[in-house]
Amino acid sequence: MSSRSSFPDQVVEHWQLLAFMALPLAYLIVFKYVPMVGVQIAFRKFTADGGVWGSKWVGFYQFRKFFESYQFARVLPNTIRLSFYNLVAGFPLPIVVALCLNALRSASFRKSVQTIIYVPHFISTVVIVGMILQLLNPRTGVYGTAMMAFTGHQPADILAKAATFPHLYVWSGVWQQMGWNTIIYTAALSTVSLELHEAAQIDGASRFSRVLNVDFPAILPTAVIMLILSSGSILSVGFEKAFLMQNPLNLSTSEVISTYVYKVGLAQGSSDYSYATAIGLFNSLVNMLMLVLVNGIAGRLGHSGLW
Amino acid sequence: MAASGNAARSSRGDVAFYAIVDTAMMAVLLVVLYPLIFVLSSSFSSPSAVMTGRVVLWPVDFSLEGYAAVFRNRDVLTGYVNSVLYMSVGTLLNVAATMIAAYPLSRKDTPLRKTFTFLFAFTMFFSGGLIPNYILMRGLGLIDTFWVMVLPGAIGVWNLIVARTFIQNSIPAELFEAASIDGCSDARYFRAVILPLSKAVIAVIALYYAVGHWNAFFDALIYLNKRALYPLQLFLREVLVANTINPALEIDPELLERKQGMADLLKYSLIVVSTVPMLAVYPFAQKYFVKGAMVGSLKG
Repeated sequence: MSSRSSFPDQVVEHWQLLAFMALPLAYLIVFKYVPMVGVQIAFRKFTADGGVWGSKWVGFYQFRKFFESYQFARVLPNTIRLSFYNLVAGFPLPIVVALCLNALRSASFRKSVQTIIYVPHFISTVVIVGMILQLLNPRTGVYGTAMMAFTGHQPADILAKAATFPHLYVWSGVWQQMGWNTIIYTAALSTVSLELHEAAQIDGASRFSRVLNVDFPAILPTAVIMLILSSGSILSVGFEKAFLMQNPLNLSTSEVISTYVYKVGLAQGSSDYSYATAIGLFNSLVNMLMLVLVNGIAGRLGHSGLW
Repeated sequence: MAASGNAARSSRGDVAFYAIVDTAMMAVLLVVLYPLIFVLSSSFSSPSAVMTGRVVLWPVDFSLEGYAAVFRNRDVLTGYVNSVLYMSVGTLLNVAATMIAAYPLSRKDTPLRKTFTFLFAFTMFFSGGLIPNYILMRGLGLIDTFWVMVLPGAIGVWNLIVARTFIQNSIPAELFEAASIDGCSDARYFRAVILPLSKAVIAVIALYYAVGHWNAFFDALIYLNKRALYPLQLFLREVLVANTINPALEIDPELLERKQGMADLLKYSLIVVSTVPMLAVYPFAQKYFVKGAMVGSLKG
C-alpha cells in the first residue's frame, strides 16, 4: 500500500513516525556528527581564537609530524602487539569453551559454569586493574605469597616490567571476557538439530567427531563474523585498561595510540588539539580500512559478511 | 558383531572424551572463580592476615575492619551517591530515547528508514574522536555538569539495534494493520501496543545501560574536574590504582606494617562494596543479559 505511494504521500501518512525520529536524530547530529565535522582540526593548527572553523589550514602537517616522531615507532607497534595478541589469545578460547559446555552431560554443571564465568564481564575496568595490582603484588599478593612458598624468596615485581605488561593485559582480558564471549556461540549451538546428532550417532560417530563435524560447522559462520568485527578494531586498544595499568616502568610497552592521544590532547600542560585529533583520525581510518578489507576477504571465501 | 564392537569402541572413546571435557570445564570454572573468592575472603580478614599473605581460600581472623574503613571514607560515600544518580537518571533517559528511536526504525513504512538506520550504524565504525568531542562538550557548556555524564551517551547504537530487532521479530506487523483499521495512530500504537509488549527488551537494555553507567570511567575522567561530581569509579581509581598512601612518611615499622595491611584490606573491601550492586542483580537478570547478547548478535 505505502510502497506504491510517492514519497511526499508517505511523509504525510506517517508524519508521526518522523516526529518520533526527530529527537533521536537531533541527538545523533549534535553528539555524533558535529564531532565528525570537528575532525577537520586535524588538518589545521588549532588555536583558541580560531576555533574549529577559523584556525589556519596546515594540510597533512600534523600527520607527518606524528609519522616522523619517535613516539610513532613506539605507540604503533605497542598497539598492534596488544590487539593482535588479544585476538590470538581471546578469539579461539570462547569457541572451545562453548563447544565443551555444549558437550557436557550434566545440565546443572553446565549452568553453574556458565553463571560463574559470565560474572567477570560485569566488573568495572578500574576494579579489574585494582585486582591485578593486588593479586600480583610480589609482596602481599597471591602471586607473591605463592612464589614465596614454592621458591623460598620474594619474586620480581612483574607489574613494574615492560616485558610482562602485554601478557598481564591480554590474559586478564581473557579471564574477564572469555565466559561472556561464549554466549553468542552457545546461541548458535542451540540451533543445531537433534536429528543431525542422532543420524551421526547411528553412523557410529563418537561424541568428539560429532563436535568436529556437527557442532563446529554450526558455529563457523558466527565465528567468521566475530573475526571480522574484531579485525575492525585491530588498532583500537581500549583506553581505560591500558591507561590504568600504566606505570613509569612499563610505558615502553603500555603506551598505545588511545592513551597517547589523551596525553597529547588533554593531559599535558600544553595540549595540542590538532595533533591529537590527527592521531585519532589516523587510528579510525585504519580501523575502517581493516574492517572493509577483512569483510571483503570473508566474502571471497564464501562466508556471509557483515553487509 | 562388527556393529557392537564398533559401538563399544566409540563409547570407550566417549568416556575419555567426557572425562576430558568435564575436567577442562572444572579447570575453567576454578580459574575464574578463585580470584573472586580470594578478594571476597580477604575483605573479611584482619589487616595482618592480609598483609602477611595468610589468606588462601577462606577468611583468616574474620573481621569487618575493612568495611568499617570503607564506610568511614567520605569520598566513597560521595562517589556512591553520584554513581547511583548517574545510573538512575541516565538509564531512564537511555531507555526512553532508545525506545523512541527503535520504534520508527522497526516500522517498514517509515520514510527514509534505511537512511536513518545507516546514520546510526555509521557511528559504530567512525567517530569524531576524543578532542572534537571535548571541544563540543566545552562549547555546549557541559564540562563539570551532571548532564555530561548522561546526555552524550543517551542512545547506544548496539542497544538500539537490540530493541529494534526485538520489536521487528516479536511483534507481528499484522497487529498494526488491524489496529490502524480501527483508527489507531502511529503514536498511539507505540503507547498502547509496542511499549507493553516490549517489557522484556526494555529490561534487557535497561540492565545494559545501568551496568554501563555504574562502570563508566572515561567520560568522568575527561569531563569532570570537580570532586563533588566524581562517580565512584574515579575515587576507586585513586584508592586502587594510584596508591595514595605514602609509606616513606611512616617511621615506626610496626605502625607502617599495620597501615600497609589496613590499606590492602581497604582495597579488598572497596572492591567488594563497589561491585556488589552489579553482582547482586546479576543472578536475577542473567537470562535477560544472555537474551540481549543473543538478540543483538542476529543480523537485522
